Amino acid sequence: MIGIEHYVVVSSILFVLGVLGIFLNRKNVIVILMAIELILLAVNINLVAFSAFLNDLTGQIFAMFVLTVAAGEAAIGLAILVIYFRDRGSIAVDDVNRMKG
Amino acid sequence: MIQVLAFYLFATLVIASAVFVIMSRNPVHSVLWLIVAFFNAAGLMVLVGAEFIAMLLVIVYVGAVAVLFLFVVMMLDIDFAELRAGFIRNFPLGIAIALVLVAELVLGIGAERAGALKLGTPDGTAAPLMDRSNIEAIGALLYSRYLFLFESAGIILLVAMIGAIVLTHRERSDTRRQNISKQVKRRPDEATINVKPEVGKGVQL
Repeated sequence: MIGIEHYVVVSSILFVLGVLGIFLNRKNVIVILMAIELILLAVNINLVAFSAFLNDLTGQIFAMFVLTVAAGEAAIGLAILVIYFRDRGSIAVDDVNRMKG
Repeated sequence: MIQVLAFYLFATLVIASAVFVIMSRNPVHSVLWLIVAFFNAAGLMVLVGAEFIAMLLVIVYVGAVAVLFLFVVMMLDIDFAELRAGFIRNFPLGIAIALVLVAELVLGIGAERAGALKLGTPDGTAAPLMDRSNIEAIGALLYSRYLFLFESAGIILLVAMIGAIVLTHRERSDTRRQNISKQVKRRPDEATINVKPEVGKGVQL
């Protein structure tokens, strides 16, 4: 039978794939943003699975808030990407050193 | 039995499409695989009875976020072959990070199996799951106990919207815009008038 462990395994694999995507596509900020979306999706799967497991709806409520924050983050990230591209003519993020941070 | 089959189908597809999201050479393909991943994740959530979050995932992600990504990817018109140049160089580091994370997860699950953790049961203040539909229960909880958080989420979305507009807005110098104060200040005596002079008479200015 399918238990909570199965869901935790799926969401863990998804999380690791998201982190791996960030490290593999260090130059392409669009794929980095998509990898962040994958990570947040893993979090949501975990929240929903434990909500069902514990018979407590709070997990689903918080999955909704994670969804809200993810949507806002995608919008702001893509807006920053658009102005960066307009300014520099490329989206290669590994040579972003204007602020010498 | 059908739930087991569905679970394995969704789980396999969500992981496979996540792999394609991070591995595909063309970002447009990545966005499309991301849509597949979110669809299958919605399926996984339906299987445990969270229909509302599943539908929200499909509407918000497939309908809005993925289309936004697709829009930006296609608008930017970038040479993506050049961007992939560092892929092989970054590969060992990425694999190492992934292996460390997997090892930690295995360790954590092993510890949990050994009986280290005991997950608490709900305190009974949350709405029960079974006696009404999922969306009804979520609504009852969201608009009563989590009302403040719900309104904060609305504020976050408003701030994100204003921020995105402010960031991407620019004044274009090559277009003629409506100047409203100039229009309001305009008086009849300085306006252009239409006259029909007789032939050979001319116009008094």
